[in-house]
Amino acid sequence: MEELFSQSMKAIFPENMLLAFFLGMCSFLACSNKMETAHGLGLAVIFVLTITCTMNWIILNFVLEPGILNGYKDLTYLGFLCYIATIAATVQFLEIFIDKFAPALYMSLGIFLPLISVNCAILGASLFMVDRDYTIVAAVNFSFSSGVGWYLAIISLAAIREKLRYSNVPAPLKGIGITFMITGLMAFCFMTFAGL
Amino acid sequence: MADLKKTVLDPLWDENPITFTLLGICSALAVTGNCIPAFTMACSLTVVVALSNLIISLLRNVIPPKVEIIIQLVVIAALVIIADQLLKAYMYEVSLKLSVFVGLIITNCIVLGRAKAFAMANPPLPSFLDGLSNGIGYSIILMFVATIREILGPGTWFGINVLKGNIADYVPNGVMVLPPAAFFCIGIFIWIQRSLSPKLVKDD
Repeated sequence: MEELFSQSMKAIFPENMLLAFFLGMCSFLACSNKMETAHGLGLAVIFVLTITCTMNWIILNFVLEPGILNGYKDLTYLGFLCYIATIAATVQFLEIFIDKFAPALYMSLGIFLPLISVNCAILGASLFMVDRDYTIVAAVNFSFSSGVGWYLAIISLAAIREKLRYSNVPAPLKGIGITFMITGLMAFCFMTFAGL
Repeated sequence: MADLKKTVLDPLWDENPITFTLLGICSALAVTGNCIPAFTMACSLTVVVALSNLIISLLRNVIPPKVEIIIQLVVIAALVIIADQLLKAYMYEVSLKLSVFVGLIITNCIVLGRAKAFAMANPPLPSFLDGLSNGIGYSIILMFVATIREILGPGTWFGINVLKGNIADYVPNGVMVLPPAAFFCIGIFIWIQRSLSPKLVKDD
């Protein structure tokens, strides 16, 4: 229990997917202009990250690694292809599913779902999970916490950027330049939680 | 001919994939602590984006629009698997340092972005060149950031001593080794670039 807690703290703060490994930067920068968008995208990331990472764990352990299903052949070199296909398929499926059964949720997450299939954070979590040999419980816990960390980071950046509109930034640094600087400072803050 | 020249030159500075269209930043930041992995990453990405553009452009008339993304992802993933296996076979130590980031070339937005925006609409040769020069544009930024971080951080460049050993009492700069430094370097690069070419300044 304690181990799981420290694992999730680590995934949320010092090893934040976004601020320490720079995964999901593209959508992070593009969608952090407004609080609402950031919130929607953040939730969608938590949701998809947890589901796809679990799916990929199952695929890795039952299909790719030598076992009964594949006649004891080692198929791990096909990993990338399987993971990305799983992610694309899951996202597509989720989109249809949510649209049908939870239209309200679809309205808020809808436009972000297709974006997410190429979000590096999603594939990154699956690859880290493979790299670090997690058990199923650890994998679920890790992916959920990484999602939460990503959500926290994008929400804080969106809040800062909304306030930033009132400050006087040198013209060439405006927009994306200053955003990078702020993200850098935020990364420092998140790292100070190391050892929690 | 003029078009071809524009295809090749634009992505290097004016429409640089990282600083202008803001694509592929994830890996640009992550592997730049050191020049050797950064250079390897830059080469792998350039090769992958050029070849994927070429292949997708050859297939562009037979790909059904509905399943376009999946097919593009499969082409890219296959190329990345080849790159990854080659790195593991011939440069095992560097591949350990790059860890998951080679795999992440698949979701690198530059590759998919160029495939969608350029290769689907253009013949093979310009697509190949477009991929190549986008890869080089990406490499320029990567090497810029990696050079600053490695010289100021551990004090070496491609593993050769630059500051370390030449200046007495050189103390490695810990900040440059940490991830946040990459954000500052890219921010500064954008600042310099936009001061030099003011037409790139966008209101956002």
